Amino acid sequence: MKTENACDSEFGEQTGLVVEGVNKRFGKVEALKDVTLQVRRGEFFTLLGPSGCGKTTLLRIIAGLELPDSGRVMLGGQEITSLPATKRQVNTVFQSYALFPHLNIFENVAFGLRSRKFPKDEVNKRVERRLAMLGLTEMRQRYPDQLSGGQKQRVALARALVNQPEILLLDEPMSALDAKLRAQVQEDLRRIQRRLGRTFLLVTHDQSEALVCSDRLAVMHEGRVVQCGTPEAVYDFPQNRFVAEFLGAANLIEATRVPSGVETRFGILQLESPPPWTKGLLAIRPEWIRIRENQPEANGLRAKVSEVIYRGTNFDLWVEPGPLRVRTSSYKHFKSGDEIWLELAASELVILDEAK
Amino acid sequence: MTPRLIIWYGELTTRRRLLKQGFLFLFAAMAWMMVFLVLPGLVLVVVSFATRGAYGQLEWVFSLENYKRLMGFSLFGWTADYLVILWRSVVVAFITTLISIILSYPLCFFIAARDKRSRYMWLTLVIIPFWTNMVIRTYAWFLILAPELPFARIAAALGIITPGMPLYPNAFAVYIGMVSMFLPFVTLPLYASVEKLDWSLVEAAQDLYASRIRVFTQAILPQTLPGLSVGVILTFVPAMGMFVVPDLLGGAKYMLVGNLIQQQFGASRDWPFGAAISMALMVLTMVSLQIYRRRSKEIEHI
Repeated sequence: MKTENACDSEFGEQTGLVVEGVNKRFGKVEALKDVTLQVRRGEFFTLLGPSGCGKTTLLRIIAGLELPDSGRVMLGGQEITSLPATKRQVNTVFQSYALFPHLNIFENVAFGLRSRKFPKDEVNKRVERRLAMLGLTEMRQRYPDQLSGGQKQRVALARALVNQPEILLLDEPMSALDAKLRAQVQEDLRRIQRRLGRTFLLVTHDQSEALVCSDRLAVMHEGRVVQCGTPEAVYDFPQNRFVAEFLGAANLIEATRVPSGVETRFGILQLESPPPWTKGLLAIRPEWIRIRENQPEANGLRAKVSEVIYRGTNFDLWVEPGPLRVRTSSYKHFKSGDEIWLELAASELVILDEAK
Repeated sequence: MTPRLIIWYGELTTRRRLLKQGFLFLFAAMAWMMVFLVLPGLVLVVVSFATRGAYGQLEWVFSLENYKRLMGFSLFGWTADYLVILWRSVVVAFITTLISIILSYPLCFFIAARDKRSRYMWLTLVIIPFWTNMVIRTYAWFLILAPELPFARIAAALGIITPGMPLYPNAFAVYIGMVSMFLPFVTLPLYASVEKLDWSLVEAAQDLYASRIRVFTQAILPQTLPGLSVGVILTFVPAMGMFVVPDLLGGAKYMLVGNLIQQQFGASRDWPFGAAISMALMVLTMVSLQIYRRRSKEIEHI
């Protein structure tokens, strides 16, 4: 398996942010359980997970707004675990943006520099440069309540970036934007990060956001990092049931190891390598299932279309025997009741870690 | 009931009807204010230019004498006595308000940090003094500051007062009485603002390297200003005219404008002069509030 789990590996000099064995508990709730990860300098890293998985808590610990119960946080080789937020070279784009309503856009962006008593012309120079970069120059005299959601988000970004943080934290920065704007902002964010070459750490529950933006991502579940790697690696080789289902869609197939392969509800299937368990789960993404004219040599399945769902760029077919979801390109039309051959190719079947 | 009547009755509290007929509903309150506030106010203006008769009766001879007297001009030359009392009243009201604010902020944050159920208990504790008559509460301070009790004894031991003397009457006792009187008027409206404080602004300020003072002035103060303003008005205006507390705890040497007015309308039987002082008090109060409004606008939008 080519699965890359690079969260714990060493990067030597390149190290940006290191989180080591961090635990955090709120009353009876264990928000973080022994979380360890490393973010390289200049990397766009994403913490992906459903609400309540601990990702925001981890972000707040890195920002200095929360203290971990145990564990360490290191930035650029220095321990910052108990350093207050005001002393960290870390800035945050808050989910609600948290712009100061009584200050205009210019003063909002200048806030951090003024806190650190930069000389006036230095403040002007830096703020103007950031405002220009994010297309906000015209807005500099306006107040936050006079801006649209997208503009507010850019102000929040400018306000954080103007301080030239070692690492920029983004806490679900796009959750308040509508879907179309969000797609555009995701790409913009990616470009800005590339151009500045700064370390970005994004927290999101939106899998497409994570895939579009990140160099690497960590999937979190119930206070743990369950998988970590490049978006392609995590998408193509989910290690367990949670990742397979959370990131994209997946068909899960229960399987039992037999001498000729594995036995499933779709018959005997061949795999590229033998599974580590005797009874476990396989995953195959709907778009990886091939539709054939004739019976394929191996891993074929004669199926009947039971439901067709139009999704714009493609069709989703639910087939019998099932449940099995198959994704087809939109120019191939099928209707309910059609009999087709499917191939669940050995190269596309992913063996999930957990045994049954 | 006829259908029309039913419809009329049902619509009585709809938004449209209330807005359309708002002026009618206003009439009762307007009439009340006219008869009991505006008219007496106008009478006061007129009386302030009248003259006191030999036996304290009103004589309708109009002049600026009362105002001249207030400015300190008398038969025996110029004195600053009345101006000092006016100025002292402004200072006492200002400091009372300031102390109440300084005490209220921690108190509000403390209450807001409790869990929902005990918050009401704490708020009730703040309100309890309202249940007792103001005069009785002020007399209670006599007891607390009495010579036999610890406060006066400690003060005596430190050499601040003569042993065997109470901690009143003096300026200190006036401030104690005033602040304890007005603290809830600042705490309650301020608490309403503190309770719904957007903490993400506080965190944003910390994230942007703000010092504690800067966090307060930039993230907390602007957000709590609405509640604070209500508290300031509810405290400053009555504190300017307060006469019970300074009368009992301040003594003759620490007279405030409220006592002065009371004296003119009471013992001295000089209504025209009392009216003139009342006018001066009103003007001073309005000017002070105007200054405050300017200031708070600056904070709201720099």
